[in-house]
Amino acid sequence: MRLDLTHIQRWIEPGSKVLDLGCGDGEFLQRLQQEREVRGLGLEIDPDKITAAVARGLNIVEQDMDAGLDNFPDQSFDTVVMAHALQAVHFPDRVLEEMLRIGRQGIVTFPNFAHWSCRLYLGTRGRMPVSRFMPYTWYDTPNIHFCTVQDFEALCAERGIRILARDMVGNTERKPLLASAWPNLFAITAIYLISR
Amino acid sequence: MNPASVGIVAPQRARFTEPLTLACGRVLSDYELVYETYGELNAGRSNAVLVCHALSGHHHAAGYHSAGDRKPGWWEECIGPGKPIDTNHFFVVSLNNLGGCHGSTGPVTVNPASGQPWGPDFPSLRVRDWVHSQARLADYLGIDCWAAVVGGSLGGMQAMRWALLYPQRLRHSVVIASALRLSAQNIAFNEIARQAIQSDPGFAGGHYLAQNTLPAQGLALARMVGHITYLSDDAMANKFGRDLRSGSLELGDETGAEFQVQSYLRYQGSQFSGSFDANTYILMTRALDYFDLAREYDDDPVAAFRQAQCSFLVLSFSTDWRFSPQRSREIVDALIAADRPVTYAEIEAEEGHDAFLMPIPRYLQLFGAYMRRVQETS
Repeated sequence: MRLDLTHIQRWIEPGSKVLDLGCGDGEFLQRLQQEREVRGLGLEIDPDKITAAVARGLNIVEQDMDAGLDNFPDQSFDTVVMAHALQAVHFPDRVLEEMLRIGRQGIVTFPNFAHWSCRLYLGTRGRMPVSRFMPYTWYDTPNIHFCTVQDFEALCAERGIRILARDMVGNTERKPLLASAWPNLFAITAIYLISR
Repeated sequence: MNPASVGIVAPQRARFTEPLTLACGRVLSDYELVYETYGELNAGRSNAVLVCHALSGHHHAAGYHSAGDRKPGWWEECIGPGKPIDTNHFFVVSLNNLGGCHGSTGPVTVNPASGQPWGPDFPSLRVRDWVHSQARLADYLGIDCWAAVVGGSLGGMQAMRWALLYPQRLRHSVVIASALRLSAQNIAFNEIARQAIQSDPGFAGGHYLAQNTLPAQGLALARMVGHITYLSDDAMANKFGRDLRSGSLELGDETGAEFQVQSYLRYQGSQFSGSFDANTYILMTRALDYFDLAREYDDDPVAAFRQAQCSFLVLSFSTDWRFSPQRSREIVDALIAADRPVTYAEIEAEEGHDAFLMPIPRYLQLFGAYMRRVQETS
């Protein structure tokens, strides 16, 4: 289980209704169903991941977020989760707005492009960073909209999106002191609980 | 025989003497349904799966009727040991619908009132009539609640109607390559098929059995039109291209040429017209045309699906233009808006509408994965 997903869990009320955008093979949604007894629906476009998620007993709808989410009624879910997909959609701002139209609250996680190691890589080598966390080359990556902790918070302020809570994941799994104190520099993964 | 087949099966027959009031207002005082079963009903009677057939289908969905039988049932790819509808676990019921021509009461069977075949006087049927008659068959077999009702195309319409008419009698509805209702284009194709049959002199106003004629040419033509719409452009291109069966297109040669696709279509047409009844074809295409899941729910499919209590699996195929993925997404969107559990996938396949009968790996894997979930809760 990815660390950011463990963080998310405590923000989800037992028995609530959860929409997972880009649910992958459904590992997280399955855990939510088992531990939180949520009523979950996952959206995914990768055929193999859909089959894997269905094999876990989950409800999955094949749908491309970039083509819109207007088939989902207003406020029809308690929580809409989008884990590590914000940077891969065509219009991240529109997806954020849609998340909060569909859900009472939203949970977003994304890799922080301003992490010191990215800055160092770009600053010293002058090349787009490639690392364990960002393993793709610039021309062949699903991640087309990288942003930083500060970028994200600026967008939220601009769109009137409230940040109810945030969690930062640093280099170690122990208390992320640096990542909490200076997230834009030390957070590898940023996790936000947002609402209108 | 293939170990992944249910093997040799025999059709069974059930007679119903309680009158059935049909959607058209007429009453069938008694009727028979022919059906097959595969697998064993468990002690809790909770593992039964109903398979609903499409336009030209029948009760023989899997296995063989004899050791020398060359062709298995029409859904052999999906029903059997280890297959998506796994007969090691499920008790599968597949029937010939009322109005059919493979043994169940219909235009070719005798009308007790006249002593003659029903022919064109057989009552007009709607999808709901099939569902009600299937519910009687469930009663007869001692099945209170289906683990799943499954169907492709017109069969998918039955699976959806089941969810609305008998919400407590199924846990899952599997709707493959289907639609909430037909489009004008779809109705238009069906009308061509009916016109082909009815304009054949052998049709004799539908009384061909009494008059000892047959609208063989008209029925063949109807099937040819239908068959084209079940295939995709790509599938036909790959299968036949512009290959010639005979003759040549050389300059200076006036004899002409015959394309492979022509002879294929004619073969399909004549095979079909030798094994299917024209009145049944008309009756079935009308039932297709008339079906509109949401009609009595103010044309609101969301309100319609609020009646349902089961989970849904909806599948479509990328090159299916007769029941396109868009039609399936309408079903899915209505289910989402009605807050019903739904799983949906669009399977990449070049076979067009017929893909639902084909062994397409992703299709079988996904269908199988869903059915294992049905199994775990049955």
